[in-house]
Amino acid sequence: MTASPHSDPEPVVRFDNVGMRYGRGPEILRDLSFDLPRGSFQFLTGPSGAGKTSLLKLIYLAAKPSRGLISCFGRDVATLPRDELPDLRRRIGVVFQEFRLLNHLSVFDNVSLPLRVAGKKRSEYAEDVAELLAWVGLGDKMSALPPTLSGGEQQRVAIARAVVGQPEILIADEPTGNVDPEMGMRLLRLFAELNKLGTTIVIATHDLQLVRMVDAPVMTLANGHLHIRPPRSQRQREAELREAERRDADDRPTATVPMGPEPSAQDAADDLDDEDPMDAVARAMEMPDEDDTDDGEDRDA
Amino acid sequence: MHDDLPRPPSGGSGRLLPPDAGRDRPLFLVAAILVFLACIAALGARGAWHQAQNWTTELESSLTIQIRPVDGRDTEADTQRAAEIARGMPGVQAATPRTREDALALLTPWLGEGNLPDDLPLPLMVDVELEPRAARDDRVAISDLQARLDAEGMAASVDDHSRWARAVRRAAGTAQTLGLSLLALLTGAAAAVIAFAARASLAARTDVIDALHLCGAEDRFIAGLFQRRFFMLGVKSGLVGALFAALVSIGVSFSQSPADMAFFLPRWAANPFELILLGAAPLLAGLTSALSARLAVASDLRGRW
Ligand SMILES: Nc1ncnc2c1ncn2[C@@H]1O[C@H](COP(=O)(O)OP(=O)(O)OP(=O)(O)O)[C@@H](O)[C@H]1O
Ligand SMILES: [Mg+2]
Repeated sequence: MTASPHSDPEPVVRFDNVGMRYGRGPEILRDLSFDLPRGSFQFLTGPSGAGKTSLLKLIYLAAKPSRGLISCFGRDVATLPRDELPDLRRRIGVVFQEFRLLNHLSVFDNVSLPLRVAGKKRSEYAEDVAELLAWVGLGDKMSALPPTLSGGEQQRVAIARAVVGQPEILIADEPTGNVDPEMGMRLLRLFAELNKLGTTIVIATHDLQLVRMVDAPVMTLANGHLHIRPPRSQRQREAELREAERRDADDRPTATVPMGPEPSAQDAADDLDDEDPMDAVARAMEMPDEDDTDDGEDRDA
Repeated sequence: MHDDLPRPPSGGSGRLLPPDAGRDRPLFLVAAILVFLACIAALGARGAWHQAQNWTTELESSLTIQIRPVDGRDTEADTQRAAEIARGMPGVQAATPRTREDALALLTPWLGEGNLPDDLPLPLMVDVELEPRAARDDRVAISDLQARLDAEGMAASVDDHSRWARAVRRAAGTAQTLGLSLLALLTGAAAAVIAFAARASLAARTDVIDALHLCGAEDRFIAGLFQRRFFMLGVKSGLVGALFAALVSIGVSFSQSPADMAFFLPRWAANPFELILLGAAPLLAGLTSALSARLAVASDLRGRW
């Protein structure tokens, strides 16, 4: 994530002086300029009504800005022809704050929806969908209808639907609002795994506990303005540097940058298969570090 | 969570559009009624045209020669002579002189029986039947006949019924115009009702449109879902409407209603026009309904981006 705007030469999403209002109402988002670099992971927080959902809508092409430029996958959304919209949409997975599941379709059918509208055959995706559902703990609810599920279960269906098409960007609006901390960690871990595989992730949340779990930049909306706080590790490094300037090098306190072993992509895939949720939590706790090691350079620039 | 082999549920994928659960039933009913009325109007217009056609050909394929009684002439003999002359004319199939008894019979309904003095002079008629083809265009023949009768010195006049034929045609034309206007109005009403209902049904399913749209479904994919649904709905209500129209039409032609009553009512005739009309009605209803649904979805989707 960027401290200064537009450092990444080819971000998946770029906002340039974007403002947004609903109808003739007041501008609820003002002068937003930022990049979402490819493969980045960021949180979006802010008080209720600050405009988090509205900002996400701009990213997932459900709303147009009232001013400024937004480009998505290098395409200026203002001049985007209608018929190219579906294609961009399929590259963006969205977990809606209110889920938006179709109540007349089974859990399995809800999750397969993106694949189905993309023209895939049931036989091509059935196994994958079943596996994904089992992984989010809904293996025995595949035929259930959403209204018969608990809030947390519906949320997991929404998440499974958002990730099933392996989108390049995953946008999640309060994805852990309805689940217990344990499941929250498991879901966060799913997002982290996807991020490791290259997906750009934006998670809007009120849950500061969750935010603290990952060493990622935090975008905070307040009064229509966006403030971006760099990842903890970066702040620590900067603090250290400042400290070092002031003190003698020998007196410098030991840095506590958490550095875990970096799991390979294969490990990540294996983990998806069969895992105790507590392990997931434990591993999710370790997650932050890999951000620093590979993507860190881009983001901090 | 530890399913070793998670199995996808068996059976096919669920339908993307939820079953209507009775929401579309009012539309079905109203559309069926409108299609029924439209079919009746079309059949009626067709029937009126048909009937008028029959009557005018009947009228126009005959002439009447009237011989007025004149002092010093034998009216009965003149009718015989006039019939003879008529038979000699081209295009004439038959000429039948009517006797005094026939003339009296025509008057009985108005004057009662036996109320006329036997010596009262009465005009007598000759019925002339024309060959079907020779009918109306042969004005020359009529004036010819008139001229020849005049030459004989008879007080004869030839009536070609054109006044009656014109009146019948005008009445039939009015009935037909009425039928066709009704047809147009009913078709318009049906289209409007269906379009309105398509919109309402769409509004009730915005969640589906939302979900599909945001999952990256193409506009025509979404429109296609609604289009198919509404095409089937239109066809079904059209079938029911057309079927009832056919039943009514058959019922009218088998009932013993007098001809004048049946003038405006469609009589069943299994001719191509009726069959095509009744066959086309459900299809038209289906297409109208599909088109309205398509337009409604398109405008809804345009509003989203
Ligand atoms: N469709 C809409 N029409 C008009 N105003 C809207 C609409 N959606 C949101 N708003 C307004 O925009 C502001 C921001 O709403 P938004 O939903 O983006 O907030 P949020 O940060 O997601 O809040 P929360 O944390 O409660 O989900 C609110 O003041 C809200 O009233
Ligand atoms: Mg919100």
